[in-house]
Amino acid sequence: MAQAGMGSTLQYNYEIIRKFAAMALVWGVLGMGVGVYIASELAWPFLNFDIPEITFGRLRPVHTTLVIFGFGGSALFATSYYIVQRTCQTRLYSDWMASFTFWGWQAGVALGAISYMLGYTQAREYAEFEWPIDLIILVTWVLYFTVYVQTLRRRSQPHIYVANWFFIAFLLVIALLHVFNNLAVPVGLFSLKSYSLFSGVQDAMTQWWYGHNAVGFFLTAAFLGMMYYFVPKQAGRPVYSYRLSIVHFWALSFLYMWVGAHHLHWTALPDWTSTLAATFSIMLLLPSWGGMINGIMTLSGAWDRLRTDPIMLFLITALSFYGMSTFEGPLMSLKSVNALSHYTDWTIGHVHSGALGWVAMVSFGSFYHMIPRLYDTRLYSTRLVYVHFWLATVGIILYITAMWVAGIFQGLMLRSFDDYGNLAYTFVETVAFLHNPYMVRALGGLFFLVGIIVMSYNIFMTIRMARIEAVELEAKLAAKMARI
Amino acid sequence: MIKHESIETNAGLLIALTLIVVSIGGLVEIVPLFFINDTIEKVDGVRPYTALELRGRDVYTREGCYLCHSQMIRPFRDEDLRYGHYSLAAESQYDHPFQWGSKRTGPDLARVGNKYSNEWHVAHLVAPRDVVPQSIMPNYPWLLANELDYSDIQDRMRALKMTGVPYSETQEEYDSNLAQFGKVVADQLDILRAEENLLTQALANDYDGQRERVTEMDALVAYLQMLGTMVDFSKYNEGYFVEFR
Repeated sequence: MAQAGMGSTLQYNYEIIRKFAAMALVWGVLGMGVGVYIASELAWPFLNFDIPEITFGRLRPVHTTLVIFGFGGSALFATSYYIVQRTCQTRLYSDWMASFTFWGWQAGVALGAISYMLGYTQAREYAEFEWPIDLIILVTWVLYFTVYVQTLRRRSQPHIYVANWFFIAFLLVIALLHVFNNLAVPVGLFSLKSYSLFSGVQDAMTQWWYGHNAVGFFLTAAFLGMMYYFVPKQAGRPVYSYRLSIVHFWALSFLYMWVGAHHLHWTALPDWTSTLAATFSIMLLLPSWGGMINGIMTLSGAWDRLRTDPIMLFLITALSFYGMSTFEGPLMSLKSVNALSHYTDWTIGHVHSGALGWVAMVSFGSFYHMIPRLYDTRLYSTRLVYVHFWLATVGIILYITAMWVAGIFQGLMLRSFDDYGNLAYTFVETVAFLHNPYMVRALGGLFFLVGIIVMSYNIFMTIRMARIEAVELEAKLAAKMARI
Repeated sequence: MIKHESIETNAGLLIALTLIVVSIGGLVEIVPLFFINDTIEKVDGVRPYTALELRGRDVYTREGCYLCHSQMIRPFRDEDLRYGHYSLAAESQYDHPFQWGSKRTGPDLARVGNKYSNEWHVAHLVAPRDVVPQSIMPNYPWLLANELDYSDIQDRMRALKMTGVPYSETQEEYDSNLAQFGKVVADQLDILRAEENLLTQALANDYDGQRERVTEMDALVAYLQMLGTMVDFSKYNEGYFVEFR
């Protein structure tokens, strides 16, 4: 680890990574906190308190934006800037551009959250940002792309490491999605309100092409990039199969873009489109599992690491949840299953087994590996990493189990008939049934939230310790110099 | 045979090939929807929203109603019994953005229009549990307190007109609406008469039960009472819609 010494702090732009990493944790705590709150609103509706800004409908986009773009986005900026510098062995291109991406991104997330609470939204899931914020994000993204590609071009190696392929796909696709899904006509130059350019069926298709590929490339491809660097690094072994990484990269990139319409089964979208999407969703299982296998098998021959290394535990558990949710996804994209699961909490559970189990867990593992290296120190407490791991794992299990129960049973209740052929349950009877699963879900979320708070404390103390060590080192050096 | 190594060592080539690979799916699935004629059913009665309904729809999106209520009935027996005829693509053709939703924490609203009285909607929106004890919907008392802001209604309609909704500003556009929708609707779609139309509809129907005021509640209830009522399904036999699916 010679490169991790003082030399690398000068050689590489670590400052920008430290900032993004810190903000990832800030947004993570806030976003998951809001998540626990809105989950509680569903269990105990008095928590809406008749305050417009904190009603479920306005806070839900705040939750999704803070966790996806705030936490997930900042984690991706941090790790991608780290990975591209380390794998290309060169400093990040343009400090000011990198710095702009930091402020642009944080501004976008913060303004977005505030504007939803005030009632400004495009009313498109995960693309609720109104048009001026969309423009800030667009400029930020162009600079991010520039910084990334220019850094790649400065690489001192002939080969571009596999993690960077995934980040490239992520950068390109998010740009495409962001531009086309946010086409809108503002009410006026000084109005925050806009209307989407497309309507009805075309708008629905565009939105779910966006929605699912935001999952596919923001929450999957990019985090696979993260995985392809940190799993081999932490394991101290090369990636299991080079050939598999090539095949699954191209297959994943190609197939993902077809599957969005499985969110629109049985709707007014033409059958040909949703059938095509279902077909590709099933094929998508192969590259998804290709990635999982490549990650998990990297540990082949060193499985004992799972007993001694809690960071490895995070990374491998993340891959396991990735495998599980990418199996569940194709299952739910079958029209017959979707007829029951769609519109229910099963979907919410599925998203969270991906978002908590895969995205958050792989980020936690990567951060525990990366942050001490950014500050040239060791983690403050390994025991707290274990505490975090178990809090997170128990939280996820409570969450997704509650949502399976909620979704499957509600789906069954809604389609059951009595002996006379009438509906057996009114809608609100199914809502009453959901009360218990909703309480368990909120509890699961709370476990996960406490976990990330423990992590934040651990990271905060790690950084503080690093600062104290650095000061002591300087004092010793100064004392030595004085003696001479 | 091209070696993968040549892609891995050339950033430009990697970017270009990735861009091609990720573009195909969207092109094949989205672009034809704009050109295939059968995508939207040919059906009478669907019209753009009146000025008041439009402001009601804005309130609907502002409050994030779409996060718990879908507006898309699927062709299943239970949904037919619970909500009514399955939704047509034609019924959301003027929806910018679409409000099909993805989750039913509450029931579907695609055909909620005319199912309940205005008084029921007002009571339910102000305090849902007064009407439906097991409901988990938030209270929306401010809708009844807030005066409706319709100062920029013309700008809103103009923005929608730019996206293709047939609101009219010129005589020519008005005449075209007259031919397509008839006089009553064509008058409602006239941007220049938007304020007048909005006030007339709100005061004449008195959705919120407060005769002297025009509130956000007026607009929202006007919107809800219209949902799903535009198509007269008794005029079509079932086989007709199947042709379009």
